[in-house]
Amino acid sequence: MLSIKNLTVNVNDKQILKGINLEIKAGEIHAIMGPNGSGKSTLSHVLSGKGGYTVTGGSATYQGKDLLEMAPEIRAREGVFLAFQYPVEIPGVSNIYLLKAALNSIRKHHGQPEVDAMDFLTLVKEKVRLLEMDEKFLYRAVNEGFSGGEKKRNEILQMAILEPKLCIMDETDSGLDIDALKIVSEGVNSLRSPERSFVMVTHYQRLLDYIKPDKVHVLAHGQIVKSGGADLALELEEKGYSWVEEAAA
Amino acid sequence: MNTATASRYAAEYQTIAPKLPGQSLPWLQTLRAKALEQFSAMGFPSPREEEWRYTNVSGIEKKLFVPSADLTAGDVNAEWLKSYQLQDTWVLVLVNGHFSAELSVLDGLPEGVSVMGMADALAKQPDKVEKYLGAAADQAEHSFIAFNTAWFTDGLFVHVPAKLVLDKPIQLLHIVNGADAMATTRNIIITDEMAEVKVIETFIGNDSAYLTAAVTEVFVEQNADLTLYKMQSESEKAYHFGGSYIKQARDARFTHHNFAFGGLLARSDVHVDLDHASECELNGLYLGIKRQHIDNHTRINHLKPYAISRELYKGVLDDRARGVFQGRVIVAVDAQKTDSQMNNRNLLLSDDAEADTKPQLEIYADDVKCGHGVTVGQLDEKSIFYLQSRCVDEETARNMLTFAFANEMVDKVKIKSLHDMVLEQVLARFPQEGVNKEWL
Repeated sequence: MLSIKNLTVNVNDKQILKGINLEIKAGEIHAIMGPNGSGKSTLSHVLSGKGGYTVTGGSATYQGKDLLEMAPEIRAREGVFLAFQYPVEIPGVSNIYLLKAALNSIRKHHGQPEVDAMDFLTLVKEKVRLLEMDEKFLYRAVNEGFSGGEKKRNEILQMAILEPKLCIMDETDSGLDIDALKIVSEGVNSLRSPERSFVMVTHYQRLLDYIKPDKVHVLAHGQIVKSGGADLALELEEKGYSWVEEAAA
Repeated sequence: MNTATASRYAAEYQTIAPKLPGQSLPWLQTLRAKALEQFSAMGFPSPREEEWRYTNVSGIEKKLFVPSADLTAGDVNAEWLKSYQLQDTWVLVLVNGHFSAELSVLDGLPEGVSVMGMADALAKQPDKVEKYLGAAADQAEHSFIAFNTAWFTDGLFVHVPAKLVLDKPIQLLHIVNGADAMATTRNIIITDEMAEVKVIETFIGNDSAYLTAAVTEVFVEQNADLTLYKMQSESEKAYHFGGSYIKQARDARFTHHNFAFGGLLARSDVHVDLDHASECELNGLYLGIKRQHIDNHTRINHLKPYAISRELYKGVLDDRARGVFQGRVIVAVDAQKTDSQMNNRNLLLSDDAEADTKPQLEIYADDVKCGHGVTVGQLDEKSIFYLQSRCVDEETARNMLTFAFANEMVDKVKIKSLHDMVLEQVLARFPQEGVNKEWL
């Protein structure tokens, strides 16, 4: 699904990622953990094509294609979805319009006809129920005036409707209370499939109580310093990040 | 000041003066003489005047626009006129500064509503006109008002009696038709106690350089409710001055929606006087392209306690266009408990576009809530990336955000036919291709 080889990235001439190697197979969930400033968000931004980052070396191959060559919208249409740490408010553009526009551009990209209006509405309403959202959110401007939890749920709603192949979740659990976390996790778990992979970037182990990862990687100082199974997250929870950082140093 | 211009206009004035309406009214003759004297001494406003510092009207001075002495409505293209005529409204049409009864649609107006051309009003009810003309617009304010007072050839007069709720809006359609033409109109709108009225001012013209100099005086009496819409869609070569001067009585409500789309150089004044517990809402949208210069000047005078004012003007400027916003809020010493909020937001789409924004709060009372905010900026890169990450290409994302920014003001128009017309105007003048109203 995704193969990252020796990826190095600069921000304003400062090296932030110092050679990342990561292999993610279809159907796998990888958690990337690490202290603040370790480069977690940089990794998710670079994979989704945000500007302001300079790739100085290495590669990221997604389904056999050079991911880093693609414009952000092409990545999205190819099935890469970034769930934002801070979803952006878009006043004046309605949520349901954006969902439909996004879905149709994915379909167009794959040479499919536009979605039928009734089928679309049925699909959207089903997913809204799944995420225990109010239908009114659909007709409001994207994220405008939403609470932190509502914004995160809206990200998962978009994910559920667009059915991406690679979901990059940037600090999805931060700012969520336990009830919202459960709803979001159920939403994510319902999307698990052998064809879909997840990269969960998180500072907290708590999320992994609800979404069980196949692999856990620890990112520190721009490098993956340790990889392991789900148990590694528990060890981190217990001991903190300092022991892996020290071990790597 | 250009005295040569003033004397050219003064000479021109002598030829038309005998044909101006109200010849037999000494009060009006005196008013006009005073105004002409003032204009002759001052000329058009100069950027040296604080409230004109961003707007240079020398383009008007260099030309000599010629007023028409009579109505010549014959050559107005009927199809074109119809495309700006709203359905389900009463329509009053002014052509080159003269009221055309023939082109107007006034069937079924409720009894007691007085709607007619200004020349007719001066002939039929001069005492009433005398009471209102010049009562809201102060010709000492600046010389465009003086110019208008001296020169106005006609205009519209609307008087809605107390407690009457008009179920359809009244559209005042100003047309200028001809190169170097000049349409100088004086309009009066009176909404008596408890009446509720919606009035739409539409300014259009053929594709030539002409001058519109319109002054509209508005009186919203006690507890009355007036919504005034202005859609300025002048030709791209035209010069437009349009001033609305509003006096609100106690508990009166006034809402203004000001859409400035056309004109090579367009200046709008909206000045409001607020009495005890009255409320006003001023909304504005200006779209500038090419070399357009669009100036919006607003002034809200909180004269008495408990009045509320809300103001939001938004501008989208592309190419080498320049937008000016000057907003003054003045809170008088006994206007305690004033609640005022003024905002101006500008979106610059090109490196050569310019926005000059100058909010001014002058507060002489001590127990008030007043706020203001201005922004001049480009589209938010975070928003663009967010849309891209949701499959929208960059160009469409930019168009979507720009259109959404402008559409907030269009959406405030609750008259369906007008809303759709304004939206069409926005889409037609929108700087980018491929803008889609289904986005919203």
